[in-house]
Amino acid sequence: MEMANENREVAVRLSGVKKMYKLGQIGGGTLQGDLQSWWARVRGREDPNTKIGQGQRLVGQTFMALNGIDLTIYRGEALGIIGSNGAGKSTMLKLLSRVTAPTEGEIDIYGRIASMLEVGTGFNGEMTGRENVYMNGAILGMTKAEIDAKMEDIIEFSEVRDFIDTPVKRYSSGMYVKLAFSVAAHLDSEIMIMDEVLAVGDMAFQKKCLDKMREAAKKEGRTVLYVSHNMNTIRQLCDRCIVLDKGRIIFDGDVEEAIEVYMSSAKQLNAEYELTGKRSRKDMLSDELRFTRIRFLNKEKPIYFFKEPVDIQLMITAKKRMDNIAIRISVKGRDMSVIGMASSAPGISLAEGENKVKIRLNTEGLAPGYYVLKLVAFEVGSLGANRNMDVVDEACAFEKAQSDENNQMAWNTKWWGHLMLPEIEIIGDE
Amino acid sequence: MMTENTAQQYHTHITAERRWFDLNLKEVWRYKDLIVLFTKRSFQLTYKQTVLGPAWIFLSPLITSVIYAFVFGGIAGIGTDGVPSILFYMCSNAIWTFFSSCVNKNATAFKANANVFGKVYFPRLTIPISNVLSSMVQFIIQMLMVMGFLVFFVIKGEVHPNWAMWPLIPLILIHLGVMGLGFGIIISSLTTKYRDLAILVTFGVQLWMYITPIVYPLSQLGKGTMRTILLINPVTAPVELFRLAVLGQGTINCLFLGISAAVTVLVALIGIMIFNRVEKTFMDTV
Repeated sequence: MEMANENREVAVRLSGVKKMYKLGQIGGGTLQGDLQSWWARVRGREDPNTKIGQGQRLVGQTFMALNGIDLTIYRGEALGIIGSNGAGKSTMLKLLSRVTAPTEGEIDIYGRIASMLEVGTGFNGEMTGRENVYMNGAILGMTKAEIDAKMEDIIEFSEVRDFIDTPVKRYSSGMYVKLAFSVAAHLDSEIMIMDEVLAVGDMAFQKKCLDKMREAAKKEGRTVLYVSHNMNTIRQLCDRCIVLDKGRIIFDGDVEEAIEVYMSSAKQLNAEYELTGKRSRKDMLSDELRFTRIRFLNKEKPIYFFKEPVDIQLMITAKKRMDNIAIRISVKGRDMSVIGMASSAPGISLAEGENKVKIRLNTEGLAPGYYVLKLVAFEVGSLGANRNMDVVDEACAFEKAQSDENNQMAWNTKWWGHLMLPEIEIIGDE
Repeated sequence: MMTENTAQQYHTHITAERRWFDLNLKEVWRYKDLIVLFTKRSFQLTYKQTVLGPAWIFLSPLITSVIYAFVFGGIAGIGTDGVPSILFYMCSNAIWTFFSSCVNKNATAFKANANVFGKVYFPRLTIPISNVLSSMVQFIIQMLMVMGFLVFFVIKGEVHPNWAMWPLIPLILIHLGVMGLGFGIIISSLTTKYRDLAILVTFGVQLWMYITPIVYPLSQLGKGTMRTILLINPVTAPVELFRLAVLGQGTINCLFLGISAAVTVLVALIGIMIFNRVEKTFMDTV
């Protein structure tokens, strides 16, 4: 590997890059506040802007978003960048896009960068699609002549030809994104940086964008840096992947291995989860009912075998007596895509105060893998209308173990999905 | 396809250190089409979805001048050294609007464009430059109207322009443009950290107009402290020079013209220095 790398052209090199952010309020925010603090320091008095009991302003506290990154990216590589929220992915892209400068270290970029931290930067609702293409293109570094030459391609790719001379404020959000992505995709750049812009647009257009980027990397020899939480697009697009954690690179290499490293660092299996305060969508929900805890029964770690049912105890607090409550559980995969749903019959009765409800979730059809459960409690009204009482998007997680039955190979979600159908029966043999 | 050359040509080296006077004008020049687009957009956006559209470019300065003529010329009875008051106020208003819009637009340059700056890199200087350019276009349009009135009054024999000094007008514009840019950038860089400065600026610029001979000629003031303040004000000299050329009325003092030029150079240098410091990391504070 090292020998091969010697001969390849470097596209981007980061050496010892650190980025520090100050925590809390930066400065006093007002000139008066800063002058007060300064004057107090001069006289040796206590800073009037100090938070009581803290003794010291938050200004002194810092946070290393990136803590010593060394990375060389070669020409023509499609590099995926993954990591949990706050790992430093976006900061890294911001530095490479030159939106902000590093606190320490050096970055060398060989070639022009097309950065898509957001599509449609500089788009203005009052201006027409065409005017916005010029504006956006110019912001991204194209000259007017270059945009003129590419205008046809851009319009063609964007699929919004009929509306190109309409102000973009009249566009649907899909059209807006299509046009914006189209501009960025047609930049004459050697390096493309993308931050999950593909999470938008319809399926067909998403595929078109991915294809366009793959073409850029594979055929045109451009370098692609791609940040995403969607492991499937990382798999499809990238040939190398780094995992960031707390501002450092913890893995660099093969895509599948990187995803494995990221997943195992992200997944946590506990027998019990606290649900207080984890309510999703705080509005529109009733105050009368709350999930407080969830516990997997008879398990130290929630790992289940093929036909084993998942027994769960739910702790629910009710403000008054309720009779017609039902539970709904959505099962989600690692990437938070919903795989299936199961619901209980209505008629769970809750007394005022703390209730313990035991439920059994049959997961026979689920393939081996890691799953997250979303919990919903809803009330079935007298007219048959359902009303959600409490929703917790990521309540708990469990794992279905690889089964040895039927000489199964290790389950590969990438090829086979999440659903294990019953064994195929041979019903005729001629 | 990229060759070794293009890769070398576009080599960017980013370090933590920031230099004081690194303007990278070559890069700004590469983005000249963007400057033109920004300039055009400021006009397009102002007049979209209005009934009268571009007519406002003429109407608003005309209305302002009529109000000035009524309030200051009519009610307050301030003389205009024999120049027809409507012409005097239109002329003063044009040059002041140019300067104040250079200051005001640039004072909000960082904050108003924070969302764009936070997502894409392009030379930040393109924004202040296009602000000055759009102020200049606005000025030229206003001057077309002034010319209409001027021709009328010249034919009537009431005004005697100093035609020989007209070639100086572009220089006056550059002078005021650079000064406005400098002040604007300094304020803008400070407002990324201190938000309340922005409010101060609005009042400051208004006040500034009254200590500049805009709604009255310099000659109307006697010898007192007020006159000294007016003369030290770096905008006074270029304004008087401008009116001397266009209307043949004005008081010029070489010393104060020199001071004005020196202030411009100083402000521009400080502005560039602060701009360079703030530009690279202001996204973290804004």
